Amino acid sequence: MDFKDSPEEAEYRARVRSWLKTNTPTSRINRTIGDEDSQSIAAAKAWQAKKADAGYACTTWPKEWGGAGGTPTESIIFEEEEERLGLGNMATVFTMGLGMCVPTIMAAGNEADKKRFVVPAMRGEEIWCQLFSEPSAGSDVAASRTRAVEADDGSGDWIINGQKVWTSCAHYSDLGLLLVRTDPGVPKHKGLTMFWIDMKSSGIDVRPIHQAAGSSDFNEVFFTDVRVKDSQRVGEIGRGWNVALVTLMNERLSVGGGFGPNWPELMELASRLPGVEGKGSVLQDGGFREKLANWYVAAEGLKLTRLRSQTALSRGQTPGSEASIGKVVSARQTQVLATEALDRLDQYGIVANDDATSIIGGFQQGFFWGAAMRIAGGTDEILKNIIAERVLGLPPEIRLDRDVAFKDISRKI
Amino acid sequence: MNFDYSDDQKFLKKEARKFLEARCPITSTRSVLDNDSKAFDHKLWREVAEMGWTGAAIPEKWGGTGLGHVELCALAEELGRVIAPIPFASTVYVFAEAILAFGSDAQREALLPGIASGDVIGCLATSEREGVILPEEMSARVVTGKLSGVKIPVTDGDIATYAIVAAQDEAGPGLFVVDMIDEGVVRETIKTLDPTRSAARVEFKDVPCERLGAAGEGAALLSNIFDRAAVLFAFEQVGGADRCLEDATSYAMERYAFGRVIGSYQAIKHKLADIYVQNELARSSAYYGAWALSTDAVELPEAASAARIAGTHAYDFAAKENLHTHGGMGFTWEVDCHLHLRRARQLGLALGGLPHWRERLVRSLERYSTL
Repeated sequence: MDFKDSPEEAEYRARVRSWLKTNTPTSRINRTIGDEDSQSIAAAKAWQAKKADAGYACTTWPKEWGGAGGTPTESIIFEEEEERLGLGNMATVFTMGLGMCVPTIMAAGNEADKKRFVVPAMRGEEIWCQLFSEPSAGSDVAASRTRAVEADDGSGDWIINGQKVWTSCAHYSDLGLLLVRTDPGVPKHKGLTMFWIDMKSSGIDVRPIHQAAGSSDFNEVFFTDVRVKDSQRVGEIGRGWNVALVTLMNERLSVGGGFGPNWPELMELASRLPGVEGKGSVLQDGGFREKLANWYVAAEGLKLTRLRSQTALSRGQTPGSEASIGKVVSARQTQVLATEALDRLDQYGIVANDDATSIIGGFQQGFFWGAAMRIAGGTDEILKNIIAERVLGLPPEIRLDRDVAFKDISRKI
Repeated sequence: MNFDYSDDQKFLKKEARKFLEARCPITSTRSVLDNDSKAFDHKLWREVAEMGWTGAAIPEKWGGTGLGHVELCALAEELGRVIAPIPFASTVYVFAEAILAFGSDAQREALLPGIASGDVIGCLATSEREGVILPEEMSARVVTGKLSGVKIPVTDGDIATYAIVAAQDEAGPGLFVVDMIDEGVVRETIKTLDPTRSAARVEFKDVPCERLGAAGEGAALLSNIFDRAAVLFAFEQVGGADRCLEDATSYAMERYAFGRVIGSYQAIKHKLADIYVQNELARSSAYYGAWALSTDAVELPEAASAARIAGTHAYDFAAKENLHTHGGMGFTWEVDCHLHLRRARQLGLALGGLPHWRERLVRSLERYSTL
């Protein structure tokens, strides 16, 4: 058990620090993912290219694909140092590409696709979105209905019709990873195929969704007779679900951190708010202190759990099942902490503070976004099923549609 | 960065598990449970000492094996899994740690070899009444080197050969080492919620004693002793909690209701997933505590408090839900669920309850803030 850097790690950290010192961009992004303006995106792209030139973008990717061929620990060190300077948000527009879509291409795509996509994504030149969820395929994402039918002109192209939803960043993405149904005549998991798609293709209509938190970060994406080439297929026909699993696994590793202010901010807020009896501060209130202690334990416990996974990575092992608990804990905690902060503001808690960088504004954002986080990337319920089934070995859910041809599944919308 | 057991530590842990599965089956714990005159499993205690476990964190010059604190944590986890009915926690996590940390060289030479050999059973006596008691509120007194007062409950107080007693003298609160084999020590075994661990009411009548650590520093000494012990207790709690989850999971896989195993119902699956989440958080906090303990880090107070809170919460929760998953059978004497329920409470109270530790934690966080 040791938290100290090894001599090599310390040297790497020193190198990173000195590089960041001379190269840090002046602008920061304080918007949620998908809500960035064009200036922010330009700044994020410039920063990503600079990192790529210095070998700090996708540190662990192999050198043959333009990565630095570094260790997971080096990647963590760079992220820590970036975070320390408030640069943590600068790479969020690339999360879908670098965290999910491109790793999927690297795992399941052909050589030409890898050559075409890996480096531009790493350099921040192309932004990706993930086109999986649909109005009637949320948790049950394998129930996707968007259809790809072979064109009848002998070109081998595919014609796509249907709708995707909850697509973060689709409105400014260059490329998308698209899960479609190519064969409704077989059970649902077996009739899916994966494609990459140019988001400027004719027939794609991106419509922002006005969300509960007030902003529009996600989109609906409509496909009307969109033509894609067979060479855009990622993996074999009918094997789309297996390809999707690669993406989903990567998604759970890259989503999982908390959102916005945490216990230190709540503690600070509590120190300057009056207690319930008008005497002392909230921080002196016994009831508050008990809760604060529990939240500290959960938040720090999660952080430490991530260190356990990182230790496994740095030893060349696969992270253990402990990696699966992150979002279940952090999403709910975001919601609960925010509610407490608003409660302690008393009547004034209802007064909107639009500055998301302030403590109160941050908790107000967390109040809404905690709700979203409990759904995105696998709901609490799906994640608990995953823990129960894959970690504890309990029986899978009963699936009435498993062996039924997709077109024969009865459903109500 | 390295946040896990090393390969050697994993090997030690594996060997310890093998040993305990063979030598500490649940019948060992039950033999203490069902026999009021049996305070602990003597044979197991001897064997554990012979293997060097009681001296795992004691340097070789004082008769220990000098393995280290993380190794001791690994052993604690295994002892926790099997609900071991021996005075290991009082002797090793509390008494030995206190002597190691604050004893004079003479005290270390006099006491540590006996702990390593298993001849010394130690205990810590602080509580005197219902509710949290601060050192400056204690009525036990030391006058001209003689201790008087009543302590209750004292875990292993009925079998201990030595005790560390919190009492006040002219300098204020202090800690004192007492040889329990003295006619002025009157001890009476008391009934507790966990009969697999022994406890007593101990009355001291003008018993000779020796100061441990600095005069008047009882509160600070005790606080550190509690922090050190809390980390080791947390590993027992994590071990016990993991065992509860395994037991609940395997029962849920074999018990049928409404035509299928109950482990296939989402209500049970999600409950067991919740236990898993709490156990993993507790394990991570315990690891951090192990790091702080083994490196004497300044972060020990908050690391220990967090390990304590997460460990107590996880074991209590796992023990309760394990019993619940077993249904009516879980509430019978014959099924082992109640042994965990009892031990979870014993471990959760022996160093003070959660409200006490939550307050300790917030106070140590306040040290860092700029308030």
